[in-house]
Amino acid sequence: MSLLEVDNLTVRFRTMGVVRQFLTATKQPWVEAVADVSFELREAKTFALVGESGSGKTTLGRALIGLIPPASGRIRFGGSDRPGRSSSAWKRWRRQMAMMFQDPVGSLSPRLTVRSLISEPLAIHGAGPQDRDAEARRLLGLVGLPTDFGSRFPHELSGGQARRVGVARALSLNPRLVIADEPTAGLDVSVQGEILNLMNRLQQELGLAYLLITHNLPIVRHVSDRLAVMYLGRLVETGPTDQVFARPAHPYTHGLLAAQPHPDPERRRMTAELSGEVPSLRNRPPACEFHTRCPFAQQICREVAPELREIAPGRQTRCHFPLA
Amino acid sequence: MSEPSPTILQISDLSVAYATPRGAVRALAHVDLTVPRGEIVGIVGESGCGKTTLISAVLRLLAGNATVTSGSILFNGRDVLAMNGTELRRLRGGGIAMVFQDPMTALNPVLSIGTQMVDVQFRERRSTAQKRRAAAAMLKRVGIPDAESRLDDYPHQFSGGMRQRIAIAMALLTNPSLLIADEPTTALDVTMEAQIIHLLRELKQEFAGSILFISHNLGLIAELCDRVTVMYAGEVVETGPVEALFHYPGHPYTQALLRCDPARVEQKTVELPTIPGEVPNLLSPPSGCVFTDRCPIAIDRCRVTVPPPIALGPGHAARCIRIPENVAA
Repeated sequence: MSLLEVDNLTVRFRTMGVVRQFLTATKQPWVEAVADVSFELREAKTFALVGESGSGKTTLGRALIGLIPPASGRIRFGGSDRPGRSSSAWKRWRRQMAMMFQDPVGSLSPRLTVRSLISEPLAIHGAGPQDRDAEARRLLGLVGLPTDFGSRFPHELSGGQARRVGVARALSLNPRLVIADEPTAGLDVSVQGEILNLMNRLQQELGLAYLLITHNLPIVRHVSDRLAVMYLGRLVETGPTDQVFARPAHPYTHGLLAAQPHPDPERRRMTAELSGEVPSLRNRPPACEFHTRCPFAQQICREVAPELREIAPGRQTRCHFPLA
Repeated sequence: MSEPSPTILQISDLSVAYATPRGAVRALAHVDLTVPRGEIVGIVGESGCGKTTLISAVLRLLAGNATVTSGSILFNGRDVLAMNGTELRRLRGGGIAMVFQDPMTALNPVLSIGTQMVDVQFRERRSTAQKRRAAAAMLKRVGIPDAESRLDDYPHQFSGGMRQRIAIAMALLTNPSLLIADEPTTALDVTMEAQIIHLLRELKQEFAGSILFISHNLGLIAELCDRVTVMYAGEVVETGPVEALFHYPGHPYTQALLRCDPARVEQKTVELPTIPGEVPNLLSPPSGCVFTDRCPIAIDRCRVTVPPPIALGPGHAARCIRIPENVAA
């Protein structure tokens, strides 16, 4: 059963004020950071959003939990539509999903103790048991931190410990979905594994669904069930993780996978497959937006924009000449 | 100048301690490192292992509370630790150039990159016009389109990947014999990272220089380096040619590090390998082997004996007393 359904979601950021827009007669005074994105996420599964910086994956995550108002589109969670931010239903709807923010230490207020940090959501939502200290201890135990960590401040934590506090805080309201934005960024490889194993254990114990936002493809392969690849705010490929890794259909996915350095000196690549860089959102290439970097681009790619279409059950790609 | 020595950089027995209110922190202990001329040497290790302290020591840029307690650093056969101000100015930028992790903070935001690239050539007796031409040629070499017209642009007008290319171009303008690259791709996306690594490899061929490449990413080390040094808690635990080190790692820490890299776990798994335990507190470093507390094969003797380097092959050595049993197993 699908837990989260996103239909044609678009998020725009204004790039100029009203006066300048009028004076320059600009028709579109915005950039589309997320453009017409649709996907669904199933209960107790992990869905990964991958892409390079500026591809709109974080903006999408933030729009889902209501930190950024979407310009258009529909978000349904557990079968019910997203209520207005000012309505009384908002908090009830919102507390079913939680976010783990990107920077493990920077996302924790430096003036609050770990105990206050993880029980703050309970106070805001007026939820949970009366004894919030006991609840904080339970949450610390859940993420594998000693209970005396409750009185520490964020600067007294290592990166991995701060990440665990982030997990505990995300879980405080018993959400059904956790949006994890780059949960392993800035962590050493040995600690990365610990955090991912913890998230996996919690998924099994609590039946959580994860929306994993990351550019770290090796971990996506291990932890996610399905993935979507974003480029300039659009989905260019979606499908089951195993299939996409085995046979990527979109040339961008192929290039991303090929760009991963392989920790084996025998498998050195002699060339970089994708040249150039991601174009600006203000200046989207016409037709297929990837044709400027695509090694397989043909004339049609410069003239006709490809639609996201199904190439196999559960697999979609936005390419005239899919590789798989 | 004396005739060039076959090793461009030779660090022997280097120890560095930081004075802190809570006591002396032993940041580096008896570090040996050799960079042969024309090779790319990688240093890999997790945060806090002393990578940055090591390169700061090489450039004599250590913080005020740091003291070198033992050892020597020979650059081109000359002792860096004994250099005076004039010699150091010649060393920094001239003999050794550096590419930092974050190109935005390494470049001056209020000067055009042309100005900055002319400035770094202050040693050359050339006209400014010639220096600008040299700068444009170098920008073109590192893959910046319309190099000449972009000299007047400021750092914020370039993307992250372009800025790092500019930083590399600036470093190479002085024709250094050693380039130190400190995590040069951490701030970049994978497709850009692959391009930068490719560029570094090409440039090394062209300029016949040596590169000291610092990273925590094993994939990049495997991709680029000829030799690798693995550091843990301020010590060199293993050093060797890149193939030997990746295929026959001798030290339990190197083995664990390689096992942990999700890119090396071939079978899809939900239980990723980790290294249990934590890095030792360097305020009171352990008396024996630094890795004992997290080592799966540690024995009582590991706690008391400081392990000597044990040879595993040509140029390949690891500091572990359990090597005979461990490698045979």
